[in-house]
Amino acid sequence: MGGRMVDFGGWDMPVQYPAGTIEEHLRTRNHAGLFDVSHMGEIDVRGADAIALVNYLVSNDASKLIDGQAQYSALTTAEGTVVDDLLVYRFAADHLLLVVNAGTTEKDWDWITSHKLDGAAQFKNVSADYCQLALQGPDALGILAKLTAVPLGDIKYYHFMEGTVDSIPAIVSRTGYTGEDGFEVYAAADKAEQIWNKLLDAGNFGSDTGVLPCGLAARNTLRLEAGMALYGHEIDESSTLLEANLGWICKLNKGEFIGREALAKQKESGVRKRLVGFEVTERGIARDDQEVVINGERVGKVTSGSPAPFLKKNIGMAYVPFQSATEGQEIQIDVRGKLVGARIVKIPFYKRGQQY
Amino acid sequence: MANIPDDLHYSKDHEWVRVEGNVAVVGITDYAQDSLGDVVYVELPKVGDDFAANESFGSVESVKAVSEVFSPVSGAIVGINEKLADEPEKVNTDPYGEGWMIRVEMSKAGEVDSMLTAAEYEDFTKAEKE
Repeated sequence: MGGRMVDFGGWDMPVQYPAGTIEEHLRTRNHAGLFDVSHMGEIDVRGADAIALVNYLVSNDASKLIDGQAQYSALTTAEGTVVDDLLVYRFAADHLLLVVNAGTTEKDWDWITSHKLDGAAQFKNVSADYCQLALQGPDALGILAKLTAVPLGDIKYYHFMEGTVDSIPAIVSRTGYTGEDGFEVYAAADKAEQIWNKLLDAGNFGSDTGVLPCGLAARNTLRLEAGMALYGHEIDESSTLLEANLGWICKLNKGEFIGREALAKQKESGVRKRLVGFEVTERGIARDDQEVVINGERVGKVTSGSPAPFLKKNIGMAYVPFQSATEGQEIQIDVRGKLVGARIVKIPFYKRGQQY
Repeated sequence: MANIPDDLHYSKDHEWVRVEGNVAVVGITDYAQDSLGDVVYVELPKVGDDFAANESFGSVESVKAVSEVFSPVSGAIVGINEKLADEPEKVNTDPYGEGWMIRVEMSKAGEVDSMLTAAEYEDFTKAEKE
């Protein structure tokens, strides 16, 4: 494929393919992009108490899931900070699949198994069994439909079906990390190459409007425009879910879970810092870890900063003190010693279907 | 295969120099722009600024990364490519032409002679890739 490779959590991953990050990003917004995200980890949970045990470990309410539905959630510490963010898939009342980040799979596994969970369910790390390919963009459905009899149009956002893709048994999930419509396909690990090649063929790879293989750099800029958190950047064990604007996945009334008490207390007393989105208003590009300055004071840090190829702006997310976390607030970013003006704006920066 | 014109001088930081009388025109090489990816921002000095050889005179940013650029020769800036403010992609599409960055009035004779020739630079990039 000619991808430029880099080590990512122990995986050899392409940063970009020959088309380049900007073209990959735009093609995904306008047509379709294909991402090999087989590095993601998978943990299988089976048993009568699968939902109850998982619900004690995560912040969202897994008991609300129906068969064939997926849910964004987080493994939380007792302090309400984030061990990892994940998707919880429900296959049956006694069968869930947790899809976690690559770099944290081992940590998550240790975290889960370190708790003496009282109930009937088996956790199994099945990361090596699965490949995962994400086909994203407005043309994704039409392309995938050529390879599967699964009625893709009937799968609602954050739902999935089991079936075959190019005759290979697969889980087809209407989820993604780009802000576009699209699907994530899970199949046996050794089938990745076959499905990858078939999807490229079905998507007219090579034509100006065909699917493009996309690397990690485009995956990052797409999710940033869509205002989605990346573990190790916006979320980690130093910020709580409420500070990270993820209150919507904190179901404080669902019953006891790790971190519930701390999160309930913080909800009562209020957060001291909050994650915001910003747009650079002067010449310059904000980058990860640069400091945020308000009225001459260094008050926070950029968690992700980058050019936004579709919006054609330089954007980022950052933690700032709660009292400054308001839309329109002028801030500065210390870009390698030079203070560059920026303004706090609404997240997401990009919303599908809106005019820009 | 990166394009490496014969008539230019090259640095190990992947800049090129074209000598025009007493002036050195400086840019980054085809190999460098290819490694960086899509260039989205170029920061250049002001006319009149002075730089010593191998001093950083600005930066080139792609979507993913920031790279400093170094002046291979000593001297004063007598011209900058203002076009790059609006069309930074010229660094990718025409690195030795419209993608040029600065013009330096050379203050030390002989500095360009210690730079790499096209053949030496080609060997250098091959070794760096391995």
